[in-house]
Amino acid sequence: MTPLAGYLLVAALLFAIGLAGALTRRNAILVLIGVELMLNAANLNLIAFWRYGPHPEALTGMMFAIFSIAVAAAEAAVGLGLVISVHRHAQTADLDQMNRMKG
Amino acid sequence: MFAKLDQIFILLRDWVVSFLPANWQGIAGVVLSVVAIIAVFPALFAIAVLLERKGLGRMQNRLGPNRVGPFGLLQPVADGIKSLTKEDVVPTNADHVVHFLAPVVLVTVVFMGYAVLPMGRNMTLARMDAGLLFYFAMGASSELTIFMAGWSSRNKYSLLGAMRGVAQMISYEVPLLMSSVAVVMITGSLDLDKIVEAQNQYSWGLPHWYIFTPWGLAGFVMYAIAATAETNRSPFDLPEGESELVAGYFTEYSGFKFAEFFLGEYVGMLSISGLGTTLFLGGWSSPLEVLNWVPSWIWFFGKVMMSICMFIWMRGTLPRIRQDQLMNFAWKFVLPMTLLNLVVAAIWRFMGDGLLRWVVCSAILVLMYAGVGLTGMRRKHFGPRSYRYAE
Amino acid sequence: MSIAFWIIATLTVVAALAAVLLRNLVHCALSLSLTFAGLAVLFLQLDAQFAGFAQILVYVGAVAILVVFAILLTRSSETPKDGGVFSPTWLAGLAVAAAVFATVAGAIVYSVNGLPNAQAVPSVTVLQIGQALMSRYVLPLEIVALLLTAATIGAVIIAMHEKPATKIGGAK
Repeated sequence: MTPLAGYLLVAALLFAIGLAGALTRRNAILVLIGVELMLNAANLNLIAFWRYGPHPEALTGMMFAIFSIAVAAAEAAVGLGLVISVHRHAQTADLDQMNRMKG
Repeated sequence: MFAKLDQIFILLRDWVVSFLPANWQGIAGVVLSVVAIIAVFPALFAIAVLLERKGLGRMQNRLGPNRVGPFGLLQPVADGIKSLTKEDVVPTNADHVVHFLAPVVLVTVVFMGYAVLPMGRNMTLARMDAGLLFYFAMGASSELTIFMAGWSSRNKYSLLGAMRGVAQMISYEVPLLMSSVAVVMITGSLDLDKIVEAQNQYSWGLPHWYIFTPWGLAGFVMYAIAATAETNRSPFDLPEGESELVAGYFTEYSGFKFAEFFLGEYVGMLSISGLGTTLFLGGWSSPLEVLNWVPSWIWFFGKVMMSICMFIWMRGTLPRIRQDQLMNFAWKFVLPMTLLNLVVAAIWRFMGDGLLRWVVCSAILVLMYAGVGLTGMRRKHFGPRSYRYAE
Repeated sequence: MSIAFWIIATLTVVAALAAVLLRNLVHCALSLSLTFAGLAVLFLQLDAQFAGFAQILVYVGAVAILVVFAILLTRSSETPKDGGVFSPTWLAGLAVAAAVFATVAGAIVYSVNGLPNAQAVPSVTVLQIGQALMSRYVLPLEIVALLLTAATIGAVIIAMHEKPATKIGGAK
C-alpha cells in the first residue's frame, strides 16, 4: 500500500466515524463534533493529495486546507451559538425532542 | 578563549556524543539537549520561587523566609520535600482520569515551548521555519488543561476559577499574537533565530534591539501586559485569587499535583519571558558592542531573570483587577492598540532611515494612546445599588 | 509505511471513536482535542508545517474550548434523564456511515495504481505561503476575512441574552 493510500484510508475512516456520530447521537453538540471530524478528515485528504500529487510547489492543497480550517472555526462558532440559543428557548439540547415546528 | 566559552555547552554535548557509534549520535545529541533543558529550567524555577518570596517580603516590609539555610537559600529544597511527601487527597466525586491528567498535560505542553527559544549562539534545540507559530500553538494548548483541572474537581469554586481563567487566557491571546506580528513583519521571518540575528547589529555601539524603536516599545509594553494575563499573574490573577476563590482551579489538588501546577505556572512564566527577550530585547545579543566577549547564554538568562524580577515587582505593587475590567481592558484597549501598532511599524519601515520617522511614529503612538484611552475606556456610570436576596 | 505513521493513525482513530461513543460529553470533547492533536502530527509527517501548527492553534486552542463552553452553558454535562445517548434510529445512521466508508475505501483500493507515489519533499517556507496569500490567493483571503467578521457578529447576536420583557409579579 502506498503512503498516499494509507493517509486516504485514515481520512475515510475518520469521515465515516464523524458521519456515524452526527447521525446517531441525540445531543446537538455531538452532531457538531461529528461535523468537525468530517471537516478534519477532508483537510487530511487535501494535504495528503498536496504532498503526493503533481506540483506541490503551487501550494494549492495547503492553501485550501488553511482556508478550510478558518471556515470550519467560524462555522463551529455560529453552530454552537445556535445550540446555546435553542437551549435557552427549549431548556434542552436533545434533538429527539425538537421534532415540531411550533416554537 | 571567550568564543569557546560562548559555545561551551555545544562543545560539551559534541564531546559526550562522540563516544557513541555514528548512527546513534544524532538522537543522543537531541536527548542530551532535552535533558539539559529539563534540568536547567526547574532549577531556575526554584531560584524564581525563592526570589519571589524574599522580594515580595521586602516589598511588604517584612523578611521573606530566612530559617532554612543561610538567608533562607535552601527554602526551595524544603518546599520540594514537603510537596513530595504530602498526602494526595482526591475527592470521591472527582473525575479521576481527567483529574490526574490535567497537571501532567500542562507540564508537558509548557516544556515543549522551550524547543524553539534561542538560548545562545547556535543553542536552539529545534530550529524551525515556523518557530514562533509552534510556540503559540503550545501556549494555546495549555488553556484546555486549566479547564480540565477545574471541571474534573466537581467543585463550584474550581469550575468558576477555571472558567475565568480560560476566558482571560483566550482574551489576551490575541493581543499577545498581534504584538509579536509587528516584530515578524519587520524581520520578515517567523524563525526566532533570524529575529535575534536581525537585532544583533550595532550602530555607534548601541544595538538594534526592537525595544529601542517607538513601535517596539509600545509592542513590548503590550506584550508584557498580555504575558502577565496569560500566565495568570497579578494583577490578573483572579482565577487563582487567594482571597476570593480559595485557590481557584487548583483547590482540590494537593501534594505533588499542586507542585506540578506551580511548576507549570512558573516554567510558563520563564518561557514567555524567554520569548519576550527574543522578540524585543535582542535574545542573546549583548547591550553594548564592547561587551561582545561575554558568552551569549549569560545575556539571555540575565534578561530572562530581569523579566522575572519585573513580574515579581508588579505582583507586589499593583492591586488585582476585577474580571469584567480585565476583559474590557483586553478587547477595548489592548487589542486596538496592537492593531494600530502594526500600522505604525509599517510606517516606520517604509519611511527609511532618519530622524523624521522617529518623530512621526512617536507622535502617532502618543495620539493613539490618548485617543483609544479616551474612547475605549470610558467609565460606566452606575445607577443606585439594587439588592437581590436568595429565596 | 513507517511505524510512526501507524501509531499516530491508530491513536487518532481511537480518539475519534471515543469522541462519538462516550457517554459523558466533556470526555467526548477532550478526546476530540486528542483527535485534533493526532491530525496535526499527521500533517507534520506530510511536511505541511504551517498547516499542522495552524491546526493546533485554531482547533485545539479555540474550537475545542468553544465546544467545552457550549457543553457547560447548555448543562449537557449532566447525565440524560431518560437514559440512552443514542437516538432510536441509530442502526440506520450506522448503516449509512458504513456504506459511505465502504464506497470510499473501495475507490481508494481499486485506484491505487493511478495514484502517484514518491515525490521529492516539497520545501515550503512560510515566506512562500505569505507571498502566495498576497498574490494568487488574495481574493479568498479577503473573502475569508469578511466571512469571519460576519460569523463573529452573527454568533454574538444569536447567543446574546435578550432583555427580558418586564413582568408583573416577579416570576422567573
